[in-house]
Amino acid sequence: MADPRGFLKVTERETAKRRPVAIRIKDWREVYEERDQAVVRTQAGRCMDCGVPFCHQGCPLGNLIPEWNDLTWRDQGKSAIERLHQTNNFPEFTGRLCPAPCEQACVLGINQPAVTIKEVEVSIIDQAFDKGWVEPHMPERMTGKTVAVVGSGPAGLAAAQQLARAGHTVAVYERDDRIGGLLRYGIPDFKMEKTHIDRRLAQLEAEGVRFRAGVNIGVDITWEELNSRYDAVLVATGATKPRDLTIPGRELDGVHYAMDYLTQGNKAVAGDSLESQIHAQGKHVIVLGGGDTGADCIGTATRQGALSVTTLAIGKQPPTERPAGQPWPTFPTLFEVASAHEEFGERTYLASTVEFVGENGKVTGVKVAETEFVDGKRLPKAGTEKVIPADLVLLALGFTGVEGDTLTAQSGAELDSRGNVTRDGKYATNVDGVFVAGDAGRGQSLIVWAIAEGRAAAAAIDEYLEGTTELPFPVKPTDRPISI
Amino acid sequence: MSVLSPFERFSTAPAKTGLYDPALDKDACGLAMVATLRGTAGHDIIDTALTALTNLEHRGAVGSDAGTGDGAGILTQIPDTFLRAVAGFELPEAGYYAAGLVFLPTDADEAARAKAGFENIAAEENLTVLGWREVPVRPEVLGDLAREAQPTIEQVFVGTPDNITGIELERRAFRLRKRSERQLGIYHPSLSSRTIVYKGMVTTLQLEPFYPDLSDERFASTLALVHSRFSTNTFPSWPLAHPFRMIAHNGEINTVKGNRNWMRAREAQLASDVLGDLKQLSPIITPSGSDSASFDEVVELLYLAGRSLPHAMMMMIPEAWEKQTDIEPARKNFYDYHSMLMEPWDGPAAVIFTDGSLVGATLDRNGLRPGRYVITDDGLVVLASEIGVVNIDPAKIVRKGRLQPGRMFIADTVSGRLIDDDEIKSEIAAQEPWGEWLEQNRIRLEELPEREHINHSASSVNRRQRTFGYTTEDLRVLLAPMAKTGAEPVGAMGSDTPIAAISNRPRVLFDYFVQQFAQVTNPPLDSIREEVVTSLSTSIGPEGNLLKATPQSAQQISLSFPVLSNDDVSKIKHIDEKPGLGTAFTVEGLYRVDGGAEALAARIREIFEEVDQAIAENAKYLILSDRDSNRELAPIPSLLLTSAVHHHLIRTGQRTKVGLVIEAGDVREVHHVAALIGYGAAAVNPYLAMESCEQMVKDGLIEGISIEKASKNLIKGLGKGVLKIMSKMGISTVSSYSGAQVFEAIGLSQEFVDTYFTGTVSQLGGIGIEVIAEENAARHRSAYPIDEAANVHQELEVGGEYSWRREGPSHLFNPETIFKLQHSTRTKSMEIFRDYTRAIDEQAENLMTLRGLFTLRNGVRPAIDIEEVEPISEIVKRFSTGAMSYGSISKEAHETLAIAMNRLGAKSNTGEGGEDVERLLDPTRRSAIKQVASGRFGVTSMYLTHADDIQIKMAQGAKPGEGGQLPPNKVYPWIARTRHSTAGVGLISPPPHHDIYSIEDLKQLIFDVKRANRAARVHVKLVSQVGIGTVAAGVAKAKADVILVSGFDGGTGASPLNSLKHAGTPWELGLAEAQQTLMLNGLRDRVTVQVDGQMKTGRDVIVAALLGAEEYGFATAPLVVEGCIMMRVCNLDTCPVGVATQNPTLRARFTGQADHVVNFFEFLAQEVREYLAALGFRTLEEAIGHSELLDMNRAISHWKADGLDLSPILAGPAFGPNESRVRATSQDHELEKHFDHKLISAAQAALTEGKPVVIDLPITNVDQAVGTMLGNELTKAFGAEALPEGTITVNLTGAAGQSFGAFVPKGIKLALSGDSNDYVGKGLSGGTIVVKPHSNSPFLAEENIIAGNVIGYGATSGHMFLRGIVGERFLVRNSGVEAVTEGVGDHALEYMTGGVAVILGRTGRNLGAGMSGGVAYVYKLRGDRVNHESLAAGELSLGALEAADATKLKSLLERHLQETGSAVAERILGNWEEELAHFVRVLPRDYAAVLSIREKAIAGGVDPDSESVWSEILEVTRG
Repeated sequence: MADPRGFLKVTERETAKRRPVAIRIKDWREVYEERDQAVVRTQAGRCMDCGVPFCHQGCPLGNLIPEWNDLTWRDQGKSAIERLHQTNNFPEFTGRLCPAPCEQACVLGINQPAVTIKEVEVSIIDQAFDKGWVEPHMPERMTGKTVAVVGSGPAGLAAAQQLARAGHTVAVYERDDRIGGLLRYGIPDFKMEKTHIDRRLAQLEAEGVRFRAGVNIGVDITWEELNSRYDAVLVATGATKPRDLTIPGRELDGVHYAMDYLTQGNKAVAGDSLESQIHAQGKHVIVLGGGDTGADCIGTATRQGALSVTTLAIGKQPPTERPAGQPWPTFPTLFEVASAHEEFGERTYLASTVEFVGENGKVTGVKVAETEFVDGKRLPKAGTEKVIPADLVLLALGFTGVEGDTLTAQSGAELDSRGNVTRDGKYATNVDGVFVAGDAGRGQSLIVWAIAEGRAAAAAIDEYLEGTTELPFPVKPTDRPISI
Repeated sequence: MSVLSPFERFSTAPAKTGLYDPALDKDACGLAMVATLRGTAGHDIIDTALTALTNLEHRGAVGSDAGTGDGAGILTQIPDTFLRAVAGFELPEAGYYAAGLVFLPTDADEAARAKAGFENIAAEENLTVLGWREVPVRPEVLGDLAREAQPTIEQVFVGTPDNITGIELERRAFRLRKRSERQLGIYHPSLSSRTIVYKGMVTTLQLEPFYPDLSDERFASTLALVHSRFSTNTFPSWPLAHPFRMIAHNGEINTVKGNRNWMRAREAQLASDVLGDLKQLSPIITPSGSDSASFDEVVELLYLAGRSLPHAMMMMIPEAWEKQTDIEPARKNFYDYHSMLMEPWDGPAAVIFTDGSLVGATLDRNGLRPGRYVITDDGLVVLASEIGVVNIDPAKIVRKGRLQPGRMFIADTVSGRLIDDDEIKSEIAAQEPWGEWLEQNRIRLEELPEREHINHSASSVNRRQRTFGYTTEDLRVLLAPMAKTGAEPVGAMGSDTPIAAISNRPRVLFDYFVQQFAQVTNPPLDSIREEVVTSLSTSIGPEGNLLKATPQSAQQISLSFPVLSNDDVSKIKHIDEKPGLGTAFTVEGLYRVDGGAEALAARIREIFEEVDQAIAENAKYLILSDRDSNRELAPIPSLLLTSAVHHHLIRTGQRTKVGLVIEAGDVREVHHVAALIGYGAAAVNPYLAMESCEQMVKDGLIEGISIEKASKNLIKGLGKGVLKIMSKMGISTVSSYSGAQVFEAIGLSQEFVDTYFTGTVSQLGGIGIEVIAEENAARHRSAYPIDEAANVHQELEVGGEYSWRREGPSHLFNPETIFKLQHSTRTKSMEIFRDYTRAIDEQAENLMTLRGLFTLRNGVRPAIDIEEVEPISEIVKRFSTGAMSYGSISKEAHETLAIAMNRLGAKSNTGEGGEDVERLLDPTRRSAIKQVASGRFGVTSMYLTHADDIQIKMAQGAKPGEGGQLPPNKVYPWIARTRHSTAGVGLISPPPHHDIYSIEDLKQLIFDVKRANRAARVHVKLVSQVGIGTVAAGVAKAKADVILVSGFDGGTGASPLNSLKHAGTPWELGLAEAQQTLMLNGLRDRVTVQVDGQMKTGRDVIVAALLGAEEYGFATAPLVVEGCIMMRVCNLDTCPVGVATQNPTLRARFTGQADHVVNFFEFLAQEVREYLAALGFRTLEEAIGHSELLDMNRAISHWKADGLDLSPILAGPAFGPNESRVRATSQDHELEKHFDHKLISAAQAALTEGKPVVIDLPITNVDQAVGTMLGNELTKAFGAEALPEGTITVNLTGAAGQSFGAFVPKGIKLALSGDSNDYVGKGLSGGTIVVKPHSNSPFLAEENIIAGNVIGYGATSGHMFLRGIVGERFLVRNSGVEAVTEGVGDHALEYMTGGVAVILGRTGRNLGAGMSGGVAYVYKLRGDRVNHESLAAGELSLGALEAADATKLKSLLERHLQETGSAVAERILGNWEEELAHFVRVLPRDYAAVLSIREKAIAGGVDPDSESVWSEILEVTRG
C-alpha cells in the first residue's frame, strides 16, 4: 500500500458522473460520463490494504481488490489488469453490473464511505481494452476433449474461457439468436453497451471457443444427444423461470414479464426489426418489483417514451443507512437510486397488487392495496384498494429456477425443491459428465457468483476430464455470502 | 563397546523423556578468585576463598530438595605439604607428581576395574600410579538427591619413571586423564602437578564440611578459584560443578553447538608435536558436557599445545576489536589473524582461569557479567561476581576495580605482581608478525577482478520465481520494502496461519526451522544501539592446524558482510583465474525432479563425492549453487544442500579445508539467510531475490530508486536482519553464528534431521525427504506448467501469510470468524458465539493448530450434569487479557478491557507503558497486572505497590528476543506523561532487561519486586521454544510465583516479519514441556502456570488446562471484540477502528464496550463448563494437567501430519497419582529475613506520622534490595511524593548487596559508606542514594570503583551521588533521576529519556546510545567515546554548557561535595570558571527541540498539549 494515510486524506467517495437526465434519456448509450482517471487513482488510494480484506471475501470471485487498488493508485494499469484478470474473466461486465458486495464489505465502510471498488475495476479493464492489453491466450496443445456449454450468460462464458485455455475444445450453445444470455438481452444498453460483450466474445473466439447461437438444447438437440457428442456438458442456462403473480386479470393483454419486455427492447436497440414489440411509448407503465430488473424496465420505458412509470413494491421502503439487523460486512437491503430512478417515474412502497383491471381483454389499470404485515406475511389491507391506471404492466418479481423440463426428461438430471439443478461439491449433476453452474444451480444470484461458479465448474470439469487441474476453484457450490 | 560419558554417569538427570531433554539444561552462577602476591602459599587463601563462596550463596540455587545445591567447588594449587602428610605413601618432590580427585563408580568391583584400567593407561603414557587415597567425605551434610548420585571419591597420584616435570608432566597427565575418561568413563575433576579441584553437588555452605581436607591448616595455596552454580534443573550432576581444570565460568556460551561442531571438524587437522597422537584423545570435547566444560576442554588443549593461557583466552573470547578505533595495530592484527583460526565462543561470560601460577579473569565483549576486585596492601587479590564477599578492613584496601568488557585481569603469583590488560595483550600481540602474515596472504573481495553484471529477462525471472515458490506477497511485502528502504519490513498482530508442519500448502524448507532466542539464562543483544560490539565480517577459506600458527592460515577471503551480490559471488567463482589464490568449485545443486525423493537423496550423495574429489584436488572455496535449474532439473532446497554438505564435511574431517558460499534462488527473507549461515554457510548470495528487485524497479513497482541502490538496499536489509536474528540469541559475531545451529525443527522427522541437520532438535518428528521432494516438485511443476494459457494471468501465487487471501493459507481470524465474534458479543448471542467457536475449532481441526489435532476423551470419566460444574463467575477469574501497553493501543481500548476484567473479577494487564496514577487508584479502571518490561516505562514504587500481579516480561511471543519501539508520532503528550517521557520523542524498549543477563539476575529482580510489594504475585513471562522446560524450572527456582508460557504466534503492535513467523513455537509444545519438566524436577507444586497465544475458544482453554495451565490469557480475541478487524497496521498509527492508535480522529471511531468484552469471557466460561461436564470434572482445577484425556489417535490423514508424533506432548514421563499437577503450595520468598525489617521498625515514626528519623546500620553484600521494602511501606502509607526528601535517613556502612535502593520513593535517603554492587537505584522513585568510600579508605575515590553495573535502570525521579567510578550502562533508561558519579564504564546513559547525569571522570565506549532525552554534563568527554551513529545522525549534540546548565551543574556538584566529600567536586568548584569549560553537554536533539517548543507555548499562554503544539512538535521530531 503506497499511502497508509490515504483514507484519512480523502474521506469522501467520488464516482463517475452520470450524464444529464434530459440528454441521456434521448439515447441508449451508457449513462456515465467518461471517468476522470485522476479521481479513480485518488479513490484507489483510499484503500487501506487491510490485513483481512473483507472486500476480497465479499466478492465471490475473490478479486484481489487491495492489490489492484494499489496498482491503480501507482498508475500500473498493465499490472492491474493482470491481477484483475487473475480472478475475473469479465471485469467489464462486473464493473458495470455487479451490485458490489465488496463495497458493502469494505472495512472503510465501517465508519466512512467505502472505497469505490467497482469504479476502479471498470476503469482498469476499460483502460486495458483501450490500450490493447486484452489479448487472446491460446493453449499450446489441445487435450482432445470436448465440452458443450449450454447457455452463454456470464457463467457459461467464464467456464468456456477457462476450459478453452486449459486446452479443451468448447462449444457454447445459446437458444437466443445472439450470444450473451442475460448480459445481452437482460441488460439495457444504458447500463452496458453491447460492444463490451462483442469484444470479449471476439477474444473467446480467438481462443478457440465455438459459439452456436439459436440452438435450443432439449428441442433442437436433445440433452441425451448432447451428452453423447461431448465428453462433458455444462448446464449454464440460468434461472430464467420468472415468478408470476396469479391474481385476477393476469391474462389481460398488456401484462408481461419484465424479461420479455427487456429482451425485445434490447433487440430493437440492436437494430432488429420486431413484430409486435412490447413497447411503452405513449403508455402508462406500471412495474411490479423494486429490484434491478424493475429499474431496467423503468429506464427502458422512459427511453421508449412512456407517459408515466410507476413502480410498485410490496415491502417497505428500504432504509438509506445500513440497519442494525444487517450489520457490516453483510449485504444490506438499502434504498437505491439507480440511474433509471433519477430519470423518471415514481416508486410506491407497501403496495400489494390485488388485481389487474382491464377492458376488452386489455389491461387498463392495477388495483392495489396497502400492505399489512400479519404474522410476518405481507397481505393487502382491506379497504385501502385503489386502481392505478396502466396500459402496460411489467412483472419484475424475480425468478424461480431453471427451465429444466427437457433437461430432466432427457438427461435424467434432478432438480431440487427450489427448482435448481442439484449438484455435488464439484458442480457435477447426478448424470455422469453433466455439470451445472451459475443460476441454474444456485438459483437467481449476482453476476459475480455466476462468473465464479463458471470458473469453479471449469476446474471441476478439467479435473473430471484430465484427472488433475491447475485451474482455480474460487467457490464451492455451497458457499454463501456472510450473513447472520 | 561405547563408554557412558562421565557427565551422564554421575548425574541423576533422567534420560530424554517426553519433551524433556537433559541436553537443554542451562546454568549460571557466582564465582570468585582469590590470590596472594606475597609469594608464599597459605591456608588463609583457601579460607578466604571459601568465605567468598559462602557469601555468593544467593547467586546459586537449591532444587526441590532444600539440601541439594546445584554444585560448588574450589580449585587450588597442589597442596604438597598436606598431600605428602595424608597420602600414606611416599611422594616424589613437589612438581614431579600429578594428583587429582577421581569420581569412581560406587560399585566396588566396577571401581576396582576402573582403577586397574587407569593404571594400564598410565603405564602406556609412561606414567606410574604412585597410589590411591580415599578422600574423606561427609555425605551426611548433603541433600538426599546429591547423596544418591554421589560417586566414590578417591585421589590418585602419578609420577613419571623419567623424572619429568612442568608442562611436560602436565601433557602426560592430560593424555592419561583424557584416555581414562574416554575409555573407562570415570571422571577426573583434575589431574595435574600444579592444581587440584574439589567439587561436587553441594551448596556453597556444604563444600568445606563435605571435604574435610579443605579445613586442614596444611592445605595451602597462593591462589584459589571458587564457584557456585545455579542450574535450571534439580538433577545432581557431580562432574558439572565448577571449577573445571583451568576455568570457572559465569555465563552461557550461546554458540556452543557451533563451537563444538567446528572443533570436531578441526580434529582431523589437529596435530601437535608435543601432545602426541591426538586421535587417542578424541573427541576433544566430551559429549553431554556443559558449555563451560566444553570451553575448558578447548582452552586446555590450546594451552597444553603450546600457547600461553592468556593467549588461548584471547582466541576464544576476543574483545570487540572489529570496530574499536583506538586499539593498537598489533593487537588488532593478532585478533584479525586468529579469527581465521577460530570463531569466538560467544555469549555472556565472566571466566576466571589459572595455570597454577597465573590467575586471571576475563569478560565477554559485551561485559554482560559482573566482576569486581579488591587489592590489599599486603598483596591479597580478591575478585568475585560481587564486591564485599570477603570482609576486609577498608584501611588495607589499596585498589578497587572491576572487570571490563573484553578485558583481562591477571595476577602472577610467582612474580608477585598484577599484569594489566594492555601489557599482557601487547606482549602476546608481538609474538609473531601477524600483520605481515595477513598482508601477504589475505584476499580481499574488492581486490579480485570486477565481473560484468548479468541482466536476466523478465520471463526468466518469473519462471525461476515460480520454481522457488515465490508469491506476489513475497515480492510486495518482503522484497519491495527491503529494496526500497534497506530494512526488514515490520508487521503487526502476530501470526494465525498454520505452521509449516501441518500446513496443507507446499512450504519452503526454511519454514520448518524455528529460530531460537535468548530468554532468562542469557540475554539478547541490542544490535542497533550496541552495534559497536557486533561484527558481520567473516572470512571464507581453508583453516590450518589450530595448534600451529602459520602465515598460510591467513590465506582466506575476507568479507565485511555475509550477504553477497551476484557480481561478488561471480568473483569468487572465478577466483582461480588469478593464480595463487586457490580454486573454487561450484556444486550444481540440482536433481532430476521426476526421480522424486530417491533422485534427490542420490544426488546429494553424488554431491558428497564431487565435493570430496574437489577437495582432494585442492579446492578451497565451495559454491553451492542452484542457479541452472530447468524443466528436468529442479533445485535442491538450499538449506538442505548447505547443511548436508556442511555435516558431510564435518563427519569426514574436511570441513575446515574449505569455505562454503551459497548461491541460492530460494532465499528471499532474512530468516532464510540466517538459517543458511546457521547451518554452516560463510556467505549467501540471494541471486533471485536480487534479480526480482531489479525487475520490480524496471517494472516501476519499486519507485524512486535506481536498480543499483535497490540491490544494495536488499543486501543491507538481509545482512542487518541477520545481525538482528543473531542478537536475539545473544550472538555478536557472524563468524560464531555460522554453524551455530541455533534453530529447532518443527515437523521434520528425526531421521531426516539426523541425516542432514545433525544435532538439531525436532520434538515432534514429521516429514522426511519424500515430502520435501514432493513439495519441491509441486513448485517446480508450477514453473513448467503443461499449459501456460490455463493460468495466464497469474504471475505468481498470491501468498497470504501476512494478509489474508482466499487462495492463501487459512487464518484463524478471517472475515467470517471476526464478524461472528463481533456480532455475537455485541448482541449477546451465545448461539452466534457458538458459530464462531465452531468455525475456529473446525478450522483448527483442519490442521490450523497443533491443538486442533487433539480430541477430548469424553467418557473416560463419567460425564456429569452441567449444573454441578462450578459457575461462570469462578471460571472467569482465571482469565486475563494480554499485555498491551497504553501507547500501543488507545486509552479507550485499554480502559474498556480493564473495566470489563475488573467487572468480571478477572485481570487486565497494563502492558509496558505504565499506568496513570488516577487510573492506578480507580478500582474500576485499573489493571490488576502491572507489567515490568525492559523499557521499565512507568515502573515506580507506586505502580508496583498497587499491583495484584507483577509480570516480568522476559520475551514476547510475536518477537522473542527483541525490544520494541514507540515511534515519535505515537508518543502523544498523554502517553509521554504516563511513561515519564517527552511528547513527540521516540521511545525504545531494549531487547534485554539490563538487569537480567542470567538466571540469577532474574532471581534478583524477582527478589526486588517482591520486596516492592509483598502481596503481589510475581509472574515471569516466557515464550515457547525448545528448552523452555528447563528455563521454567530455573524460573521456579528463582522463586517466581507464576510462569506464563506464551505461544510464538501472539499479537503485537510491531515486529519484524521474520520474528512473527519464524521465532518461537506454539504454546502447546512449550506448555507441555514446562509442565513435564517442572514435574520431573519436583517444582510444579510451587508455581502457577499460565498460558497465552492465539487463544480464542473454550476448547482452547480446555486443551490448555489438560496440558497443565491454570490460568489463560487472551489478547487478540478481546481486541476483536472491541472492534479490531485485523488491519495489521498497529505500527502505522492508522488503525481505522480506534483500537491501536493514538490519533484522536481515529480514536473517536472506537466502538468497543466493556459489556461486549464481558459477554465474550462469559461465553468462553460457559463453553468451558460444558466441556468440563462432558469430561466429568466439577471444577477446572480438577482437570488441570490431565493430559491423558487428550487423544491424538484421531486418524491424521494429512499428507504431512502423517509423520507427526504428538505423543511427547501428551505422554511425557510417567508421574504418580499423588504428584501435584497444579500449584499446591507457595514459594518461600524468605521475606521475613529481609534487611528492611530492621529499617521498618526503626522508621515507625516516619511511616505513621511522617516524622524524620535517622537510622545507622552495618550492611553486607548478602543484604540485597535494601530500602525497597521500606519504600513499599512508605508508598502504602503516603502514596507518591508525599514526604519531603530525606524524612527517613538511613546511614549504612559496609558493602551493599545487589539492587541497593531499588524503587525507593521520595522521603527516603540511603547513605552508604563502603561500596555497592550492581543495580543501585534500580527504578528509583524519588529517593536519594549516596555511596562513598569508607572513611578509612586510603585510596583515591575517583580512581576506584564504588558501585557496579546498570545503575539507575529505569529510574524515574530522585538523586544519586556516587563518589567513585561505576560500571557499565550507568543510568540506562533513566527518565528523571539526577545523578553524579566520577567515572563510568561502557554504554553509559543508554536509552536515557530524561534526568540529568553528571560524570566527573573517564567514560567507557558507546556513551549515549539510544539516548533520547535528559542531559549529561561530562568532564573532558572524548567524542570518540560517544555512540557513533547518534552523533553522525545528529541525534545527539555535544557542546558547551549554557547558563542554565552551568547553574544546574554547580548545584549538583555542591550537593555531591556535601553528601560525599568528593575531592573532585571540591577541586572543580574551587576553580569553577576554568573547569566549567572542560564540561561537555550531551543533549538529544529532538528532546531539546520539544522542550523548547513546549516552553515557548507555556510562555505564550498556549496549552503545550494542544493540537497545534503537537503538530509543531511532530514537524521537528520527524525531521
